[in-house]
Amino acid sequence: MPYKYLEEIATADIAFEAWADTLNDLFIVASDAMVNVMVEELDTIKKAESKLLRLQNMALDLLLFDVLQEIIYYKDAFRLILRLDNAEIKENNGEFRFEGTASGELIDPKRHKLSADVKAVTFYQFRLSNREGIWNAHVVLDI
Amino acid sequence: MAPPSQIIKISNAVWEIPRSYKTGMRVPARIFATEKLLNQMDEGVFEQICNVAMLPGIVKYAMCMPDGHWGYGFPIGGVAPIDSQDGVISPGGIGFDINCGMRLIITNFTHKEIEPYLQKIVDRLFHSVPSGVGGHGVIKFNRKQFEQILLTGAAFCVKEGFGVQKDLDRTEERGCISGADPQKVSGRAIERGINQIGTLGSGNHYLEIQIAGVNNVYDKTLARVYGINREEQVAIMFHCGSRGFGHQIATDYLQTFLRVMSSKYGIHLPDRELACAPFNSPEGQDYFAAMKCAINMSFANRQMILYHIRQAFSEVIGKSASEMQINQIYDVAHNTAKLETHIVDGFPRKLIMHRKGSTRAFGPQMEGLPEEYKPFGQPVIIGGSMESGSYLLTGVTSGSASFYSTTHGSGRVMSRRAARRMFRGKEIQKNMALHGIYTRTASYSGFAEEAGPAYKNIDEVIEAASEAGTCRPVVRFTPIGNIKG
Repeated sequence: MPYKYLEEIATADIAFEAWADTLNDLFIVASDAMVNVMVEELDTIKKAESKLLRLQNMALDLLLFDVLQEIIYYKDAFRLILRLDNAEIKENNGEFRFEGTASGELIDPKRHKLSADVKAVTFYQFRLSNREGIWNAHVVLDI
Repeated sequence: MAPPSQIIKISNAVWEIPRSYKTGMRVPARIFATEKLLNQMDEGVFEQICNVAMLPGIVKYAMCMPDGHWGYGFPIGGVAPIDSQDGVISPGGIGFDINCGMRLIITNFTHKEIEPYLQKIVDRLFHSVPSGVGGHGVIKFNRKQFEQILLTGAAFCVKEGFGVQKDLDRTEERGCISGADPQKVSGRAIERGINQIGTLGSGNHYLEIQIAGVNNVYDKTLARVYGINREEQVAIMFHCGSRGFGHQIATDYLQTFLRVMSSKYGIHLPDRELACAPFNSPEGQDYFAAMKCAINMSFANRQMILYHIRQAFSEVIGKSASEMQINQIYDVAHNTAKLETHIVDGFPRKLIMHRKGSTRAFGPQMEGLPEEYKPFGQPVIIGGSMESGSYLLTGVTSGSASFYSTTHGSGRVMSRRAARRMFRGKEIQKNMALHGIYTRTASYSGFAEEAGPAYKNIDEVIEAASEAGTCRPVVRFTPIGNIKG
């Protein structure tokens, strides 16, 4: 699993670190790490519905922040639990653009083993970096 | 984790980290805790409270309460009195769950009288007050009604028949803070919140049926004022906030503040989560008006939950809520920023009081208290872990030292993941049943995360809060039924 939960940070909330070989994959891995806080077995989420996500930000780390927030928005507003299928990040004139498809289904407490509800992504120790060719994200979620 | 070596003992339950500890601190940091609790605090608490001491306009001290633990931006239990003329407002000093708070209800039942109905009531409430991931309320409101809720809070619910005037009289701000402006709230926030009225949420949010034990009434006179006058009397306590609505407002404005904080206002802080803007700036005032919408939404959320409690008791027992004297004792928040006047160095100053995981605890005769409670001080409602107990306390005159702020819970000592590794939800549930506590949960892993040992000892936290002169205990409650998100 290319992410791990960090136990010693923000006692009442949940922190994780995710990593991947490519930036595109990092966005997918980080979003899975967040969804996995809410649904214990990610494979139980059926791809019944898809959403095309298009987001842009002047800062790359804030683009990841926006994508994670987008998934939280669908969960609260529509009870839709989504996972990223694919992600593509491009830079154009100093602006970063994200395009990706997220698939999932309505939350079903009978089939989905639900855990803690993620209510927000925090800026506390929020980092996105590339260390020796490996993309890395450090995220603290509000529970 | 040991506190910083520079910490100075002010009294048995008050400690001070001087300004010299960290460059940029404008005031010292004060921690209200016994030595034992101080030594239990994680290093994040000390670093974060010293960062809070760097906020422009902070007055006297950045403070942390006895239940303090490592949060984001502010520590949980963090308090910042900030001058309203030349200071800032910071969403990180309020928390994402704006106006998260506690409501305490009393009934005229004793433990013995309620026992035959307990499971049915808990089961009924488990369905009518949804909890856990993605919970939507049973009673829906349309967009127009939701906007009325943002403007008038719990008063809207009472007007619609979901409560009585006395509920409002016994709620902080009478359940409706003035100055809320829905125009300052994003469409996303409304979409996230519109279906969440009447829901608990998850994490440490809960609804509990409790008993005021005979030996746990510390001030019989005041307990009687609150309607606690029978042996083993049944109470209901619940904890929740403004759900996704408040979170979206906090997220929206944190991003706004990050854009202007240094570029427009020249403010530099060590943590982005402390993003702020001058209170009197357009951005600061917009956030204040939007945050008030979340305050009102949260009061309405708790009002609707009270409505469902009355319904559940009525349906299961077959009596009306008034026959069963299901009366609200008080509703008080612990995640807010509010304008308050405090005496600072002998002079009154209007402050924007940030409390993140800290309960307001006004002393006797202070403005804003219900008339019936004014001679005694403000009721303070503090929830412990689901396996231990909770407290009803009262604000005291000596609370001025903490700007009338106190603890909000027992405070975690173990991370969620560590608790989940150590405990099994189903086993805890069985064990609690053996101790006479009937529970329902939306998530067994979430239940394990909330295990009693994951929290500090509530009695020690209350002892520290009392010793520091921030409040005084009136009644201790023990749980007999619990719904956990």
